[in-house]
Amino acid sequence: MAVRDYIRVRFFPHLWCPGCGHGTVMGSMIRAIERLGIHKNDIVVVSGIGCSSRICGYLDFHTLHTVHGRALAFATGVKLSRPELTVIAPMGDGDAFAIGGNHLIHAARRNIDITAIIMNNSIYGMTGGQYSPTTGYGDLATTAPYGNIDRSFDLVNLAVGAGATFVARTTTYHVTSMIKTMEKAITHKGFSVVEVLSQCPTYYGRRNKFATPVDMLNFYKTNTTTIGSKDKEKNPNLIERGIFVQEERPEYCEEYAKVIERASQGG
Amino acid sequence: MEGALYSGLEFFAGYPITPSTEIAELLSYRLPARGGRFIQMEDELSSMCAIVGASLTGKKVMTATSGPGFSLKQEAIGFAVMTETPCVIVDIQRGGPSTGLPTSGSQGDVMQARWGTHGEHAIIALTASNNQDAFAMTIEAFNLSETFRTPVILLLDEVVAHTRERLIMPKPGEIPVVERLHTSVQEGTDYHPYLPREDGRLPMSDFGGVHRYNVTGLAHDMWGFPTTNPAIVHDLMRHLVDKIEGHTNEITRVKEFFVDDAECLLISYGSAARTALHVVENRRDRGEKLGLLELQTLWPFPADVVKKRCASFDCVVVVEMNMGQILHEVRSVVNDPSKVFLANKIDGTFIAPNDILDILRIIQGKGA
Repeated sequence: MAVRDYIRVRFFPHLWCPGCGHGTVMGSMIRAIERLGIHKNDIVVVSGIGCSSRICGYLDFHTLHTVHGRALAFATGVKLSRPELTVIAPMGDGDAFAIGGNHLIHAARRNIDITAIIMNNSIYGMTGGQYSPTTGYGDLATTAPYGNIDRSFDLVNLAVGAGATFVARTTTYHVTSMIKTMEKAITHKGFSVVEVLSQCPTYYGRRNKFATPVDMLNFYKTNTTTIGSKDKEKNPNLIERGIFVQEERPEYCEEYAKVIERASQGG
Repeated sequence: MEGALYSGLEFFAGYPITPSTEIAELLSYRLPARGGRFIQMEDELSSMCAIVGASLTGKKVMTATSGPGFSLKQEAIGFAVMTETPCVIVDIQRGGPSTGLPTSGSQGDVMQARWGTHGEHAIIALTASNNQDAFAMTIEAFNLSETFRTPVILLLDEVVAHTRERLIMPKPGEIPVVERLHTSVQEGTDYHPYLPREDGRLPMSDFGGVHRYNVTGLAHDMWGFPTTNPAIVHDLMRHLVDKIEGHTNEITRVKEFFVDDAECLLISYGSAARTALHVVENRRDRGEKLGLLELQTLWPFPADVVKKRCASFDCVVVVEMNMGQILHEVRSVVNDPSKVFLANKIDGTFIAPNDILDILRIIQGKGA
């Protein structure tokens, strides 16, 4: 099938700004799903609120666009009641790590088979550019006019710490590896977190000395490196990308199936 | 809990909170034994969200909580209202506001059930005064939830929830159970998830089925896609309210005790109605003609029934364990609000016969 076959063309044009990275993420998601050959009827996409969450409406799967921060809680309900479905939760950094942080760490702890794709643009875009948990120290935002003094989260470390069994980071510049990473994340049995650095030229870039979206993509190109590379040794400030964790651990729905088995045998 | 299982409950998500925890404990034991699923979520919000997600896959779902947790669930309850997702929320009321009196009875959440979530909307809330009725009303809650595609609040209170009394289990099939209305639209034909039929009902298609559609808390069109088109938004808002308010009489459940020849009418609900009924029966023995109208549907408020029933009385006493949340509703529908009085209790203790009798004496000019 062509990419177009996975899109609800009726609902286009999309609402993202010119130069936004989220369309690239959506394209990569579609290509990953296409390569995996999963039937469209078997995929449920659950999102929260924010620019990234609008991916939901444009995709021709079962789509659930919920309330701010709670995508994984709704997704847990879907997955546990129909474990045979593939459940993907596209989220933003504010959605996943601020208002929804609790659900993320507990989904990771349970190791429920959901793929969280977190578009990290370091800003609240939908509301007009307020600082988020991933906005860098000193960055400017509409609510940080004198510079941000919050320390930013390292999403990968957080996900690893919470016990996610698949954790990866990629960027909208590295599209080929993003697609491959998503394929692996969706295939992985357990809770997967894929952080995608995705540019917001309108609200982050303009305020933080990125004149164009291309400048931001170039930043992803020059300021990231593969995990454990020599470049990282030379320059510790480089952001690592790649698969940080990929391990097998009992999956929640499979464990619950055992509970059902025990309960129906009378305990 | 037994009523929920009788209705075919398949999925429960909850979070521990007094005095509703026993529901979660029992369901964690009973649900998997019949192939259902129980999950203890990380908080109140997520347990509400999880049941909505599960409902969209075609399951009958429920959560249970108490005042503080009910407050936390409100945003997601609004999501279920907007997306027309069937689900049942049990609120075992306790003393509030805030942490209040966790182990004491109260009926302080009547208005929270009505207006807890933001924005204009309609809601269904049921209550019961004893175990047998709680069983029946739970089944009603599931039935109405499926019929009208709406969250239904089962507004019980600590006293009813913790009372141990006899429950006669009806045989399967004895009480009608409404199953989900599924669309008859075949694969390959356009299915409009939010295009109501002529009777206002919207047949559903389960996630995982052949129809892929969008569900959103944003105002949406018949495809379920976000819209700000004023005409479409207007129709959606009217539909959400009219589908319930327009069927108030169909949703109304009341019980009447000695009403026909009574000279003074008590109106009550939930555990307070137990005391009210005791007072009515006790006074009858002494030749005083009291009657009781017990409300089992609180929202939509049974305005027609209350108005009609109150018309012939010079004295109406609303008995409730709050500062008059239903009193105001009664006053707003009767011809003469000045003849409607309140007998209440707000200190965490159960309302006693004397609390009602004192008010009656004052009304009758006999002094306190």
